[in-house]
Amino acid sequence: MRRFLRPGHDPVRERLKRDLFQFNKTVEHGFPHQPSALGYSPFLRLMAIGTRSGAIKLYGAPGVEFMGLHEENNTVMQIHFIPDQCQLVTLLDDNSLHLWSLKQQGGASELREEHRFTLKGPPGSPPSATQVTAVLPHSSREVLYLGTESGSIFVAELPWLRVLEGRTISPEAVLQRIPEDNCNRRSCELVEALQEHPKNPDQILIGYSRGLIVLWDLQSNQATQHFLGSQQLENLYWQRDGSKFISCHYDGSYTQWPVSSDNKQSEPLENTVPYGPFPCKAISKIYWQTTKNGLPYIIFQGGMPRASYGDRHSISVIHGSQQTAFDFTSRVIDFFIIFSSDPAAEFDDPSALVALAEEELVVIDLKSAGWPAVHPPYLASLHCSAITCSHHVSNIPLKLWERIISAGSKQNMHYSSMPWPIDGGTNIAPDPPQRDLLLTGHEDGTVRFWDASGVCLHLLYKLSTVRVFLTDADPNDNMNTLGEDEWPPLRKVGTFDPYSDDPRLGIQKIYLCKYSGYLAVAGTAGQVLVMELNDEDAEHVVDHAEADLLQDQEGYRWKGHEKLKTRDGPVRFEAGFQPFVLVQCQPPAVVTSLALHSEWKLVAFGTSHGFGLFDHQQKRLVFVKCTLHPSDQLALEGPLSRVKSLKKSLRQSFRRIRRSRVSSRKRRGAAGNASEVQEANAKFDQDALQEMELAPVQRKIEARSAEDSFTGFVRTLYFADTFLRDSSRHCPSLWAGTNGGTVYAFCLRVPPAERRMDEPVRAEQAKEIQLMHRAPVVGILVLDGRSTPLPEPLEVAHDLSKSPDMQGSHQLLVVSEEQFKVFTLPKVSSKLKLKLTALEGCRVRKVTVANFGSCKTDDYSENDLAVLTNLGDIQIISLPFLKLQIRYPCIRKEDVSGIASCVFTKYGQGFYLISPSEFERFSLSTKWLVEPRCIVDMPEVTSNNHMHNKSGTENAARKS
Amino acid sequence: MNRAQRGAAGSRGLGTMEVKSKFGAEFRRFSLERSKPGKFEEFYGLLQHVHKIPNVDVLVGYTDIHGDLLPINNDDNYHKAVSTANPLLRIFIQRKEDADYSAFGTDTVSRKKNVLSNVLRPDNHRKKAHVVISMPQDFRPVSSIIDVDILPESHRRVRLYKYGTDKPLGFYIRDGSSVRVTPHGLEKVPGIFISRLVPGGLAQSTGLLAVNDEVLEVNGIEVSGKSLDQVTDMMIANSRNLIVTVRPANQRNNVVRNSRTSGSSGQSTESSLPSSTPNVLGQLQGEEESDEEDIVIEDSGEPQQIPKAAPASESVESLSQIELLHESTQNGFLPSTENLSRSAGSISMECEVAEQGRKSLEEDGTIITL
Repeated sequence: MRRFLRPGHDPVRERLKRDLFQFNKTVEHGFPHQPSALGYSPFLRLMAIGTRSGAIKLYGAPGVEFMGLHEENNTVMQIHFIPDQCQLVTLLDDNSLHLWSLKQQGGASELREEHRFTLKGPPGSPPSATQVTAVLPHSSREVLYLGTESGSIFVAELPWLRVLEGRTISPEAVLQRIPEDNCNRRSCELVEALQEHPKNPDQILIGYSRGLIVLWDLQSNQATQHFLGSQQLENLYWQRDGSKFISCHYDGSYTQWPVSSDNKQSEPLENTVPYGPFPCKAISKIYWQTTKNGLPYIIFQGGMPRASYGDRHSISVIHGSQQTAFDFTSRVIDFFIIFSSDPAAEFDDPSALVALAEEELVVIDLKSAGWPAVHPPYLASLHCSAITCSHHVSNIPLKLWERIISAGSKQNMHYSSMPWPIDGGTNIAPDPPQRDLLLTGHEDGTVRFWDASGVCLHLLYKLSTVRVFLTDADPNDNMNTLGEDEWPPLRKVGTFDPYSDDPRLGIQKIYLCKYSGYLAVAGTAGQVLVMELNDEDAEHVVDHAEADLLQDQEGYRWKGHEKLKTRDGPVRFEAGFQPFVLVQCQPPAVVTSLALHSEWKLVAFGTSHGFGLFDHQQKRLVFVKCTLHPSDQLALEGPLSRVKSLKKSLRQSFRRIRRSRVSSRKRRGAAGNASEVQEANAKFDQDALQEMELAPVQRKIEARSAEDSFTGFVRTLYFADTFLRDSSRHCPSLWAGTNGGTVYAFCLRVPPAERRMDEPVRAEQAKEIQLMHRAPVVGILVLDGRSTPLPEPLEVAHDLSKSPDMQGSHQLLVVSEEQFKVFTLPKVSSKLKLKLTALEGCRVRKVTVANFGSCKTDDYSENDLAVLTNLGDIQIISLPFLKLQIRYPCIRKEDVSGIASCVFTKYGQGFYLISPSEFERFSLSTKWLVEPRCIVDMPEVTSNNHMHNKSGTENAARKS
Repeated sequence: MNRAQRGAAGSRGLGTMEVKSKFGAEFRRFSLERSKPGKFEEFYGLLQHVHKIPNVDVLVGYTDIHGDLLPINNDDNYHKAVSTANPLLRIFIQRKEDADYSAFGTDTVSRKKNVLSNVLRPDNHRKKAHVVISMPQDFRPVSSIIDVDILPESHRRVRLYKYGTDKPLGFYIRDGSSVRVTPHGLEKVPGIFISRLVPGGLAQSTGLLAVNDEVLEVNGIEVSGKSLDQVTDMMIANSRNLIVTVRPANQRNNVVRNSRTSGSSGQSTESSLPSSTPNVLGQLQGEEESDEEDIVIEDSGEPQQIPKAAPASESVESLSQIELLHESTQNGFLPSTENLSRSAGSISMECEVAEQGRKSLEEDGTIITL
C-alpha cells in the first residue's frame, strides 16, 4: 500500500529535497542567435553584442560575461559605451534608448537597465523627425547627441536621458553659415554620422546622408567648417591627431579631408575607390589607424566590385602594400579595431580586428605577419555545421583530457598565438568542479569536443569521419588557394559552413568511454564507427563489416538513400580518434540507438529495422535481430514513401514556427512585469483560441496496436551484467527497447580476457517483454541489490565506483514515453509503476540517472531520474520508488528542437539548444552550479582630461 | 492488494463467513475470512480440495440476495459474492462437461422478482439477463455508463472497454470553447470536445458518446487547463480502459434517477463537481490494473502475463524460482487448464529450472547462438 501514500507529506524528505534540488538556468553557451549590433569599450575592454530578440550580452576576459534583455524584445540597432563609465546605451528598432549599468552587488557585477527614453517630437511632427539614426555619447559623460532622420541633432542629458530643449542643433542653424548655392534644406536630411573631435571635445563632426559634412562648435553653437562630398555618405572616422578625417561613401569610395580653422570650406585631400574602376558596393564603415612606421592601416567594410563580388561579405585591411579582403561566409554585422588606448600614445598601433558576422565572431591578429585569426575562447559557432546530436561525459580523467587537448592543439596550429585581446573584468567564479566534455555531432560528419567544465564552452578538438568514406567532394578542394595576382585579394575566414556535402554523413549517435578512450559514432546512413585515441598520425585500413538487419525477410524494398561508399586500402588519419572498425547497417537507415561496452569490447546499434551486436575485438558480427512487425511496410520503404505526409507536416511546422515566434518574444520576461506578461499571454491565448475555432484541429483517439508504424524502431540499447536467467549466476546481457513497447534481453557469453581472441562471443535471446501500453521504450536500466544503477563499464576497474551489489536481487527499470516500470529479475514480475501520461498528459522525451549531492552535508548523495517531458517540464523522480520529487518548467513546449536537443549530465545539469547556435545550460542540483560570476572594476579616471578619449571606436555607428 | 481491501470494505459483517458448497449431491460447509477472501483461484482450489475433486474442471456459481444463480469465475465476481453474502454464501458447483449454462441468470433460483432495482446498477460484471447468461468464460467487461449516482445529471461518465474487442475506439477530439458559470459571471473558457465518431467504432456502436460532447475528465483527471495534445496523450495512455466524463451535447437523454441509494458506490455526492472525486480516481485506476498486465516471453517460450511481484517486504529477499514454485503449491492447488496464463507460467518456470540445472552442469560448454 506504500505507493498509495500521497507524496510530499514527509517533512524530513521535504527538507532534504530543498538541499538536493534547485533549478537554475545558468549560462548561454555559443554564439548569439541573430546578432544585430556590436559595441566595444576600450576603457573597460568589454565587448557588447545585441540581438534581434532584444538581448544584450557583454563579454570580457574568458569567464566574464553578462546578459541583459530588453523588455520590448525589439532588435538592438546600436550599442554605445559611455566613455570612461561602466555604462552603455542601446538603441532599439522601436526608436527607444536604454541606459544599462554594470553595478557591483554582493561581490559580483550585474548588468541592469537604469533608464529608458524615447525621443518625442512636437505634436503633429512626422515620426521621422525623431527617428534616431546616429548616437554620440560625449566624452564629458554628461550628454548624448542624437542625430535623427529629420537632420536635427537632439541633446539628451545623462543619466536620466532628458532632452535639453535649447541645445538642439537644427538643420536651419547649420545651413546659416553655408553658402546657399552649394546646399539647400535637403542637404541636411538624415544625420548619418556624429563624431567628436579627438582632441577638442567642443567640436563635433556631423555627417549628413547626402554628403554634406559639418564641423560644429558646441561653444559658439555654429558650424566652423564644412566639407562638400559629392557622394552619399556612409560613415566618418577621425585621425588620431584630429588634423584629418576620412569619410566613406555609398559608391565604394573613401575620401580624406583636412581640418584647419582658417578654411571654411575644404577640398578633399584624396578620393579613392579601392576596388574600382567598375561600380562598387558601399563602404559602410572605415578606420584610419596610424602606426609608428608611418604606414597607416586603412580598414573598411564592403566596397567590393558590384558585378563580380557584390555578394561577398568582406572587411578589407590595407597596410602599405599589403592588402587583404577577409571574406566572411555570413553577413558582417559590424566590426571594431583594438588599438592603443593610452591617451599619451602618439599612434594608434592597432593590434586586432574584431568582426561580428551574422553567424560567428572572427578576430584577426594585425600584429603577426600574415594576419592570422585568433582562436576565440567563447562565442563558438556551435552550428558551423548543423548540430544533429549531442553527448555529455562528466568527470573526464586527466590523462584522456590531456590527450584530447594535445590532439586538438595540432589542429589549431594555424591560429595566432596572441592572447585574447578582449580581456576586461575579472572572473571570480570558483574553478569548475570537474572536467566535463560535451560532444556535438554535426550534419557534415564531424564530432566536436567542447570543454563544458566552465562558463566558456571552448572547442578542444574536432573529429571528422568523412575520410573513411568516398564522397563527391574532393578533400583537396581548398577555397583559400588564390593566385598571386588574384584581385580582390580575398581570404576566407571563419568556420561557419552550413553546406553539407552529403547528408548521409550526419552524426546521429555518439558514445565515448572516458576510461578506455574508445569512441563509437553512428550516422544517418546506418554507419557505425568504432574509434580509438591515438596520439600520432597513422595510416591504416578500417575493417569493414555489414549487418543485414532484415535477415532475409522477403518482399521488402528500401526506397531510402544508398549506403555510403567506403575507401579501399589504408587511409591516413591525423592524431586523435582514429576509426578502426566500420559497421554498415543494411538497409542503410539512420542509426537510432547505440551502446558501447569498452570492457567486453562490444558495440550494439539499432535502426528502424532491428539491432545488432558487433565484437570490435575480433571484428565479428555477433548477431542481428530484426524487430519489424510483418505488417509494418512503411518502415521498410524508407523516407521517400512519406512524401504524402510531408505536405501536412510542413504545414504543421509552419504553424508551430508562427506560434513559437510570438511566444519566443516573451521567453525571458522580466519578473517585474509579470502581470503584463500574463495579460499578453492571455491575449495571445485568446487569439490562438479564435484561430482554432476557425479551423478546428482534430486528434484521433486510438489505442496503439502492433500494426502501428515504426513499432520496430529501436529506441534504446543497454549493456548490463545482471541476473537474466537465474538468481544465482549473473552474466553479461544486452537489452533493447523499441518504439512498439517491446523489450528484448539477450544473454551474452564473453570469453575471459586470456581467451578473448580465441573464442567467439555468443548471444542468446533470454527474454522478450511486451508492455501492454505499447508506448516507445526510451530507457532501460538495471538496479543492483542496493537499488543503485549499475556502474558504467570500466568504472569499477578504475576504482571510481563501488562494485555493484550482486548479493541482493536486481531490478529492471523500463522507461517508456508513458510509464516508468520496475520489474524484478531474473523472474520478470512487475513491482512498481508510475504512470505519467495517464495522469498528466505528458510524455517522456529524455531520461537519465543523475547523482544529486546535498549542499548541506558532503556525505549525502542519491541517484534519481532526471526526466524531460514533451511539455518541456523537467521532473525528478526518485529511485527505486519512482516518486515524483519536483517539477520545473524549463523549455517552452512549442520549442520542439529545444526539447529534442536536451542532454542531461550525470550530476544534475543539462544543456539544450535555444537557437541553432546556442546551448542554454541549466542546473537541477544545489551542489553543481556552473554560472558566470565576475567583477568589472572601474579603472581610475583622471578628471577633466578628455584628451585621452577614445570615443571614436564607440561612436562608430552601425551600418548595415 | 487494493482489490482485496475494497472487497473487505464492502462486506457487512466482521470476522468469518459461512460457506455452504454443493457439488452433485454432496454438501460441504466451511468458513472464510470475510475481510481476506483471497483470490478466486485460491477459492477455486479450496473448493476442489474440500470436495476432493482436484482434477475436475468445474463451474462455480452462487446465489445472490435476490436468489439469482450467478457465476463465479474471476476475482471480481468472487469478491462481489463474498461481500454480498448474508449471512451464508451458497455455492453450487457443476462439472464443466455436463454444465447447464441456462442455469445461470436472474430468476433462476427462487423466482423472486425484483428486476427493476437491478436495471440501473452500475455494476457491469453481472449481466442483467432476462433470459440466459452466456458462457461464463466469455464474460468480459463491456462499455457502459458508470457512476450515475454520484455525478450531476448533466454529466455522464462513460467507460469504453477496448479489452477483448477488435473494434477501434474510433473517435476524434478537438479544441473548442464552452460557457461556464464562474464567480465573475458567465465566461467563455476553452474546452475539449468530441469532433467525430468513426462509423463502426466502439464509441459509435455503444452510443455512449456523441459529437460535440464536452470532455471534462479522463480517467478521473480533469482536462481543464490541458492542451488538446495532452488530452490526446492521456486518452491514448488509458485506451485499454478509457473512462471519459462528458457533458453531453444533447441533454435530453440524461438518466433520470429515481432512487439514489441503489448505487454500489455508497454515499451520494451529487452536488460535487467532477473535480471533487479523488476517491473515484483511485478506484478507476485500481480496477484498470487487472487488464494491463505486460507479457513476457522467456527463452522464446510461450507468452505469459507478467505477474505482480510479491509485496515489498518479501521482494527484498531474493526470490528464486524454486521459492516461487513452492509458494504456488502452498496455495493448495494446481489451477485448471482454463486458467491458461497461470498454469503456463508455472510450467515454464519448471522448464526453466530444469534448463538451468542442465546449464550449470556444462558451465563452459556451448550456448547456441541465434
